[in-house]
Amino acid sequence: MNDVSNRALSNLDLETPDKTYLDSNELVINMGPQHPATHGVLRVILKLDGEKVLGTECVIGYLHRGVEKIAENRTYTMFNPYVDRMDYVAAVSNGLGYCEAVEKLMNVEAPPRAKYIRVILTELNRIASHQLWLGTHALDIGAMTPLFYTFRDREEILKIFERYCGARLTTHAFRIGGCQYETYAGFEKDVKNFLAFFPPKIDEYEALLTTNRIWLERTKNVGVISGADCIALGVTGPVLRASGVQWDLRKAQPYAAYSEFDFEIPIGTNGDTYDRYLVRMAEMRQSLRIIEQAVNGIPEGPIMGKVPKVIKPPVGEIYHSIEAPKGELGYFIVSDGSTQPYRLRVRPPSFVNLQALDIMVRGLLVADVVAVIGTLDIVLGEVDR
Amino acid sequence: MPNFIMSYLGSTVTPGEAGNQFWALIYVLIIFAGVSVAVICMNWIERKALAHFQVRLGPMRVGPHGLLQPIADALKLMLKEDIIPSEADQFVFWVAPLIGLLAAFTVYTVIPFGPSQAVSDMNIGILFMLGVSSLGVLGIVVAGWASNSHYPLIGALRSSAQMVSYEVAMGLAVVSAILMTSLNASGTGTLSMIGIVQAQQQQGVWFIFKFFPLGLIAFVIFAIAMVAETNRAPFDMAEAESELTAGYHTEYSGLRWSLFMLAEYAAMIAVSSIAVTLWLGGWMRPFPNLLNAPAWDFIFSLFPGLTFLGLAAIAFVGTARMPADSFFKIQRIGLAVFAALLGFIALLLLAIAVAGRFADASVGARFRDGIDYIYWFVLKVAVFMYLFIWYRATWPRYRFDQLMKIGWKVMLPISLGVLVVTAIVGVIVS
Amino acid sequence: MNPVMNSALNSGMAPVATPFFFYMLAGLAVIGGVLVITRRNAVHSALALIVTLLAVAGLYLMLYAPFVAGVQIIVYAGGIMVLFLFVIMLVNIERSSKERRFNRMWPVGLAAACALLALFVSAFAKGKALFPDRMMTLPESSNTQQIATMLYGEAGRMGQYTFAFEIASLLLLVAILGAVIMTKKKI
Repeated sequence: MNDVSNRALSNLDLETPDKTYLDSNELVINMGPQHPATHGVLRVILKLDGEKVLGTECVIGYLHRGVEKIAENRTYTMFNPYVDRMDYVAAVSNGLGYCEAVEKLMNVEAPPRAKYIRVILTELNRIASHQLWLGTHALDIGAMTPLFYTFRDREEILKIFERYCGARLTTHAFRIGGCQYETYAGFEKDVKNFLAFFPPKIDEYEALLTTNRIWLERTKNVGVISGADCIALGVTGPVLRASGVQWDLRKAQPYAAYSEFDFEIPIGTNGDTYDRYLVRMAEMRQSLRIIEQAVNGIPEGPIMGKVPKVIKPPVGEIYHSIEAPKGELGYFIVSDGSTQPYRLRVRPPSFVNLQALDIMVRGLLVADVVAVIGTLDIVLGEVDR
Repeated sequence: MPNFIMSYLGSTVTPGEAGNQFWALIYVLIIFAGVSVAVICMNWIERKALAHFQVRLGPMRVGPHGLLQPIADALKLMLKEDIIPSEADQFVFWVAPLIGLLAAFTVYTVIPFGPSQAVSDMNIGILFMLGVSSLGVLGIVVAGWASNSHYPLIGALRSSAQMVSYEVAMGLAVVSAILMTSLNASGTGTLSMIGIVQAQQQQGVWFIFKFFPLGLIAFVIFAIAMVAETNRAPFDMAEAESELTAGYHTEYSGLRWSLFMLAEYAAMIAVSSIAVTLWLGGWMRPFPNLLNAPAWDFIFSLFPGLTFLGLAAIAFVGTARMPADSFFKIQRIGLAVFAALLGFIALLLLAIAVAGRFADASVGARFRDGIDYIYWFVLKVAVFMYLFIWYRATWPRYRFDQLMKIGWKVMLPISLGVLVVTAIVGVIVS
Repeated sequence: MNPVMNSALNSGMAPVATPFFFYMLAGLAVIGGVLVITRRNAVHSALALIVTLLAVAGLYLMLYAPFVAGVQIIVYAGGIMVLFLFVIMLVNIERSSKERRFNRMWPVGLAAACALLALFVSAFAKGKALFPDRMMTLPESSNTQQIATMLYGEAGRMGQYTFAFEIASLLLLVAILGAVIMTKKKI
């Protein structure tokens, strides 16, 4: 623990609303759980001096479903669809992390073709997740139109998912040991079409926002967080990279087939909202690069590894993490040798990243809180689980 | 009786000047109805245009292409439960939307749709307009306070600070336009709305092009300030939905909420009218001095009819493009009737234009002129209304402190500078 | 302004129902004034004050002083009252409405009110001698210009009130600077 986390902890000096409201000019307001800009059911208690934010406290759990407890009562196979319901805008990534964790526990490996399919779908999902982030983030800052553009283009990715596995959002695309479905006829063509279709669309988003004066004023130097603070708080993903820390699990601890591809890790310098925006925009382009290499080099072969019908990992424990669109998504599984996990713990990027909200918004205005919640790119399904 | 009516139609002065209260009342009623209809149209156009900016269709279900959607909305709002929060200040909560509405509609008494097409020509016209439209903020402030809730209160505080600040820059921009009216032989300017347009006619130039680029800068300042003044995007702090849910009218519902909307749109039209009057030559058609032959008069007087003809053509094309399915039968008939109505109006306007060309009776010609004046005025205002929609579709929202910074540190100095330079240039020229 | 309009101005501008509007506006102003001091709720008082100010603006209009009326609306009703409300809204209404309304200043207030009443009565009694016996016949259309001439003078001649006007503006400037210095902790 260093001073940052101490600061974050000791500053939760919010009094009860009644006390502060009557005695001073400080205003305590509840943002959420029903509020258009808190992305679901996040409730943020804001202590304000006029419009200046003196402190925040996040109240979470409105969407708590006890996913981790459910895992203890399901077999490994049965639990697989549940992980899709955590970060439901990046369900494929969730599935990838879970499947790989169980595979690691069982000491099996997915065949190369399955790995490639996994990479393609996961990267497509990263783009879809970033599109959703961009649309809602821009909407929070007041630009309505990008939301509709991103949703229009996200549709193309969802169509590919739908053709591949029948579902659009909670895909359940992968199985422990590989993939259940072979790619459909025309899969590669669809993906290649998307590769040609999408770069002009990114340019379109950027034309609306990147050099827009109002966008620059609303995002530059807003919600600044340093790399050291990020590391101290455990913040990962684009938020960490925008603060100048070059940390991406796809490079640092390559999983699936990522070690075979050539791509860059975009990083920012200031750690402000604008840098996070740029980093995510660059990540979309990098994802396209990865998809292009993967779809061109996809090997032939089986798609399912040698996995027994009944999955019974040996006694032991495993922690496996992947780079989900929002940051490090980790699964810690304790196995007692039965068909069900003894304990399963998820390390969700949204939940950890949300902890940075307080130190990012102190001293800013109410409008910036909305911008920062948007730039953290949280999904409440994953925060609350 | 016809002569009696025709004598009004062909009048050369406003009812206020003639001191005819009955006639003034008729004008007020016409303007009230006209503005209400314009707000309804604006509602539909905004939803449609915004939808097409955003790759979606917008209202399509109620009536052909959603043409009846505003009426359905109005009906729905009237039937909705009118909720007054129990902790709210009942009387103030009740009176707040009325203040805004009154302020928004009162300004129309001096808006000149033509040299005699105004309720009254006050000699302090522009001052009256700025003053009364500045009362609109009272409705917002009081609504936010009376709701006894945090988000409305913050919205009200924001908008009061914002509107008071932008009035300063707006007023200075207006003054620099008024200065230009004094560049005549007698050296005296005017605050009268009609007088301002007549001054532009005499000087043979719209004030936006006067002392280029001074007039243009003042106009741009006004055009920015008026967006802030009406709480529209990108300056819609007061109702920033992603921050303050709905700002000052969060606690309002039903009819009372719709009164706020009505006031907002009426205020938008009003400030656009000020801009048109001050800088864009008000009711004047393009090149009234340069192309002043009767033939040109006739050609320009065909424009209103042609516009409606174009609208009718669009509606007819829409009818033809409707799916042949019997499900759309009623919609197709409705759209065809609407198109026929537009076509009928177009023919009527064309007939008036042609009749006015050949009628030597001054009344007929003046009636035709009146239609021309109103047409050009409304057309110019419509451009601003479209800009309001365009802004909303394109830009993110400014943050409150940035808004104030722009108002006080950018717009105010520039408008002051423009005012001083305009005065200096004016003195040199005269 | 064209001749047709001028003739209309001169012929048709007979004031309409003057006594009615005078009594209505005066009544509104008085009622508003009474409400301002009797309402416990500060926002209600402020709204009543706005009614009074608007009624007074109407009275100015009736006195053929449209410019003053316009300025009254812009400056007082539009500007100052918004700032008033701004401040009042931040005050805790519930607490302030429970406070005692008449403090120890009331003898002074009473004396001031009596003095003002005496002034009005004397003005009413000696009015004929103090004021011109008939209304000034300024054409309405040049009202703004007349004010400008009084304040700034015409070409080559200083106005009647130029000096007083400049002094007043200097005073206001000092007040603004004072307010800025008092509120800003560091400049």
